[in-house]
Amino acid sequence: MTAAAIDITGLVVTFRSKRAQTTALTEITMQVEPGEFVTIVGPSGCGKSTLLKVVAGLVRPTSGTVSLMGQQVNGPQKEIGFVFQRAALLEWRGARKNILLQAEIRGLDRADAARRADQLIELTGLQGFENALPHELSGGMQQRVALCRALLHQPRVLLMDEPFGALDALTREQLNEELNRIWRETATTIVLVTHSIAEAVFLGTRVEVMSQRPGRLLRTLDVDLPKERRYAQVMSDPTFDRLASEIRGLLGSGANH
Amino acid sequence: MTSPLRRLAAATTNTWRPALVLAVVLVAWWVVAARQVVPNYLVPRPEQVWQTLTGQWDFLMRNSFVTLWETILGFVLAALIGLGAAVLIAYSKTMERALYPIVLFAQVIPKIAIAPLLIVWFGFGLTPKIILAVLIAFFPVVISGVAGLRSTDPELLDLSATMGASPWQTFRKIRFPNALPHLMAGLKVAVTLAVVGAVVGEFVGATEGLGYVLLVANGNLDAPMLFADLFLMSAIGIALFAVIEAAEALLIPWHASRRAGTPLTTS
Repeated sequence: MTAAAIDITGLVVTFRSKRAQTTALTEITMQVEPGEFVTIVGPSGCGKSTLLKVVAGLVRPTSGTVSLMGQQVNGPQKEIGFVFQRAALLEWRGARKNILLQAEIRGLDRADAARRADQLIELTGLQGFENALPHELSGGMQQRVALCRALLHQPRVLLMDEPFGALDALTREQLNEELNRIWRETATTIVLVTHSIAEAVFLGTRVEVMSQRPGRLLRTLDVDLPKERRYAQVMSDPTFDRLASEIRGLLGSGANH
Repeated sequence: MTSPLRRLAAATTNTWRPALVLAVVLVAWWVVAARQVVPNYLVPRPEQVWQTLTGQWDFLMRNSFVTLWETILGFVLAALIGLGAAVLIAYSKTMERALYPIVLFAQVIPKIAIAPLLIVWFGFGLTPKIILAVLIAFFPVVISGVAGLRSTDPELLDLSATMGASPWQTFRKIRFPNALPHLMAGLKVAVTLAVVGAVVGEFVGATEGLGYVLLVANGNLDAPMLFADLFLMSAIGIALFAVIEAAEALLIPWHASRRAGTPLTTS
């Protein structure tokens, strides 16, 4: 049996400040199999971003264990790609050079990295903007650059923290469709955190619903939709409506908890 | 409208205001001096200053270069020491606690008051002038450097952690370039202060340099020489400031303070 891409058991995260102690996550247990696209949906402030940071090794668990591809996580993980809420681009570098930062820091072969960057630029429709500085790009374009950077080293696991949260609805749907295509073409395992129910159902093969703080997993929902998805089709599918209203119900009851 | 014409028009709209102010000041000065509102030994006429400038050009240039050299050496040292201190302070809480009091003390101590001491210690040569220039100029470099290095977006630091970046890579590729806009602002202040430091050093004990020439001219009641000297001191400050501005345009063309662009894309 191959190891799960991500294996979380009994995870608790507590933040301590001078005055108070807040529990961000409590008793999280979940597995993500290779090739899955898991979306985590929950109200804002429920600790879902913290969950991703724990998996990336950026936040230490208070108790419980996390492993990534069979290896226990202690400290920042290199075998992943991470996409942040804001694009987190270097203001002084053009789009292509921002993507290649990944290769420079990892010391990847220059020619290979350049070829791969060009492929990704084409895959995300960034041609013509290779040398544009971040401030010359719209929010959607900036997130495309961040996505390319996160995929450059062909990580087996891609973690995405509300990557499209700041975008307008149309751009968001367009990028969701692109991400669906990239996931199908690259067979990367993806975990994406969002507070949009539609986005969670559209992208995920599985949706994990989280409660309000302290975050717990309320329910796991399998999404019975074909791998290839388009908004026009998915939105009119009764499965979508059923799942969306079930999540809405869960989040509503979670709010009273 | 063609582009060169438009550029000329833009240049004119940008320069006519300061030019007008300068012209008004010159005319007022000339009126005050020529009509002897104030006696000539206190305020010379503009053309007297001009004659001193051209007549004593070699003498004034030789002394200007002395002051310029002191200023540049002092500024470069202040920039290096200031940046080094900023890095230590930004990276280590212990160093912050150890260094901040010293940095602050060096800033608040009146530099003119310690100038005689420095002359006693280091003589009439270059050294005390450079030390004074460093002491005056390094504070803004430290403050702006610390502010710049601390302004790194936490997400960028998380990003570099997931890339497995070494502390040196994070500094060189992320934190230092990110600090540059702040740092350049500090350097602009520092370079003008370095001139002050060099001149203060020359006031207290020197045998050459614009500060020394100024003292001698003052003693001789040579007002045209005094004014010519002041003019050259200002010219050094302005020229060095312009050099830093040019460096800034080369180093951080991407920064918001230096750009006038609109997004290329809308989606």
